[in-house]
Amino acid sequence: MTDPAEALYVVRGLTKRYGDRTVLDSVDFDIRRGECLVILGRSGTGKSVTLRQLNGLEKPDAGSVVFDGVELTTLEERDLFPLRRRIAMLFQSGALFDSMNVFDNIAFPLREHTELTADEIAETVREKLAMVRLKDVEGKMPSDLSGGMRKRVALARSLALQPEVMLFDEPTTGLDPVTSATIGKLIRTIQTELGVTSAVVTHDIALAHTVGDRIAFLDDGKFRFIGDWQEADAQEDTVLRDFLAGREEDPEEEDHAA
Amino acid sequence: MKFRDIAERTGELGVLTSRSFAALLSPPYEISQWVRQMEQIGVRSLGVAAITTVFTGMVLALQTALSLPSIGVKYYIGSVVSKSLVRELGPVLTALIVGGRIGSGMTAEIGTMKVTEQIDALRSMAADPVKKLVVPKLAATLVMLPALTIIGDFLGILGGLVIATYTLNLPPGLYLNDVFSSLTFGDVCSGIAKSFFFAYFIALVGCYNGLNTQGGADGVGRATTNTVVLAAILVLVSDFFLTKLFYILT
Repeated sequence: MTDPAEALYVVRGLTKRYGDRTVLDSVDFDIRRGECLVILGRSGTGKSVTLRQLNGLEKPDAGSVVFDGVELTTLEERDLFPLRRRIAMLFQSGALFDSMNVFDNIAFPLREHTELTADEIAETVREKLAMVRLKDVEGKMPSDLSGGMRKRVALARSLALQPEVMLFDEPTTGLDPVTSATIGKLIRTIQTELGVTSAVVTHDIALAHTVGDRIAFLDDGKFRFIGDWQEADAQEDTVLRDFLAGREEDPEEEDHAA
Repeated sequence: MKFRDIAERTGELGVLTSRSFAALLSPPYEISQWVRQMEQIGVRSLGVAAITTVFTGMVLALQTALSLPSIGVKYYIGSVVSKSLVRELGPVLTALIVGGRIGSGMTAEIGTMKVTEQIDALRSMAADPVKKLVVPKLAATLVMLPALTIIGDFLGILGGLVIATYTLNLPPGLYLNDVFSSLTFGDVCSGIAKSFFFAYFIALVGCYNGLNTQGGADGVGRATTNTVVLAAILVLVSDFFLTKLFYILT
């Protein structure tokens, strides 16, 4: 395990159940300051659920999530607010407010949490849009944007408050391979330029290679592997190797294991 | 539905009530949002509210005169129409018609935001969905539904006047005189007080169902239907108890 001084997140014994189904079964992991941890796994293995614990959107059934020395799981919604200003989240569908245009979407967190004047807000919005390589889209409504552009605007919005941590939920889902690669590179550039700590949930191996410093492979409610790419390549585990190589699992072997 | 579910829902509605009134009373007040909602909820409902009450007033006048022709009841049409409208039909029918319209709108809007993760996005940006979404809708409904009810009462009485004058050939002065001499301050107050309660039920149910929507477009549809039915039932049932209460009080 990581040296506590280095770890921004320390997660221990995290357990989450939905009805009878245990999605996360006493999971342990750390996220180090400045790194990007990619949480990999097949669909429906609880990757997004894990991510949603990291800013307290969901509460676990057991276990602890410590962010920068603060235990999140016991905090009330109100008390999570100051922490959430430091932790931005990019949602799978972008989750732009569809009643607002692009400008108001990006300005929303600024108007909510800063004392900036209208001019300063306009300046910041332009700057954030430039960071995601967009311009002249301020007046458009989210419904008029393509999937890739919506993700970029959402990324710009999550950058607005200069977060220390960024949580990405399936940032490339629903995008074509070329746009996915562009978004992946963009995320990597922003991470290195701003030095943010991040966690990325995905099943896109190419994206994981582009952005990830370390990977964590979630399978059947547990992390089957956590480590950097070199360590991953050295692993003998066939399930992990097959997943990273994008190979289909042998259904008979699955039955045998069950 | 099991008893346990009903108890749980009632508890959650209670929690949402206390959270939204606490948020309603604490600054900052986002007046511009309130005004926008008032336009959405109030001004745009004026047409349906007017049609409902004008025709109700006309029907009341016609039915009273035609179904009780012998005893000269048509000279008291003014009091029949105004008392029934102001105490009962104005608040209830306005709440049913306008409530169906605005309650379902609230559920559909908030429910869609829920299933597209926009509610989570609000929370992740340290904004309170109750403060941002529920409070403006609740405030606007509490102001606009009683306002619509007052306008509706007035229009309904005018509807009665039209029938009294042109179909029943009463002098307008007689009708109006009857209205003003029979209508008491207590009648007006009880009617308006009722519409405050109805406004609260409609906004609460509409927002609660929206915030608890699950399961995509299908879920939004189900939640919206539930709002229309539940709001109507709450209006009708509470109307009975409020009527009893106001008769005791006045």
